[in-house]
Amino acid sequence: MSDIKLVSAPPGIEGAGFFATALDKAVGMARANSLWPLPFATSCCGIEFMATMGSHYDFARFGSERPSFSPRQADLLMVMGTIAKKMGPILRQVYIQMAEPRWVMAVGACASSGGIFDSYSVLQGIDEIIPVDVYVPGCPPRPEAIIDGLTKIQDLVRSESLRRRESPEYKELLGKYGIL
Amino acid sequence: MDKLNNQAVLRKITARFGEQITIPTEPAGLLTFETSKENILGVLGFLKEDNELQFNYLTDITGIHYPEQTLPIGVVYHIHSLINNVRIRIKVFLEADKPAIPSATKLWEGANWMERETYDFFGIIFEGHPNLVRILNVDDMTVFPMRKEYPLEDPNRVDKKDYFFGR
Repeated sequence: MSDIKLVSAPPGIEGAGFFATALDKAVGMARANSLWPLPFATSCCGIEFMATMGSHYDFARFGSERPSFSPRQADLLMVMGTIAKKMGPILRQVYIQMAEPRWVMAVGACASSGGIFDSYSVLQGIDEIIPVDVYVPGCPPRPEAIIDGLTKIQDLVRSESLRRRESPEYKELLGKYGIL
Repeated sequence: MDKLNNQAVLRKITARFGEQITIPTEPAGLLTFETSKENILGVLGFLKEDNELQFNYLTDITGIHYPEQTLPIGVVYHIHSLINNVRIRIKVFLEADKPAIPSATKLWEGANWMERETYDFFGIIFEGHPNLVRILNVDDMTVFPMRKEYPLEDPNRVDKKDYFFGR
């Protein structure tokens, strides 16, 4: 008998033949455990992600069974590696093509801040062009750190209000990046 | 057949161009000299077409910037005689304001991308080039980043202090 752990149900009221809970708690639980990541890997952090996806660390344990290489079906954009300025518009377009709700994780020093590349040709952090939810530090981060970042994303997803994406704050955030 | 040495190459090219060939040196055994932008195509063409020299391969074109010189912008040609296994380096220095030099694409098709790259980083205009636009940097860049007057660092950086980098 394999030892399969299931996610426990969100808090609610249970009685004979029914279970009542808040809709966004149920949706959050479902979303958090079925995040489809889009790996946007440009350098060595991408290699660490490959190790994270592999059997030893097994990213799929957290519900990210299917890395989605199409932005249309992806929920989570994982940017791993140095983003040169020439790559910036492409990354931005990939983000725009993702459907809401969408989350972004900046993996490694380069994606977070430009890293060691103190140069005219390198974007000094992807948050110059797209909003970022979770930053994973490291150069490159170990698979454990990437998994920790994913669990942080899962926490955000689980607790996100269903109305957040319609809120004026969110629209203002996207507006600051010139998206919408 | 005797191996073609640097002195023989220099004698031959000096016999043809005389005073137009200046400051010949041999750092690390590589024959290097300067010429002017009026003569560069003639010199390159002579080296390529000459029956004995046969410098038939253009290894590289690049630029250099020495802000303290009166002619600060340099164009450096590396050419290689595959037949004689001899390389030489030719430098041409230009004025800082709108540096321009004839394009070598008439002699070597391969000069096309090298000249675009040199334009991209140093702003050197290669006259007669079929498509002199940026090749590596973003199209909307307004500076020539390898020139000393432009900062190397990105102006938007927030977490990088000079003292972390020993400056």
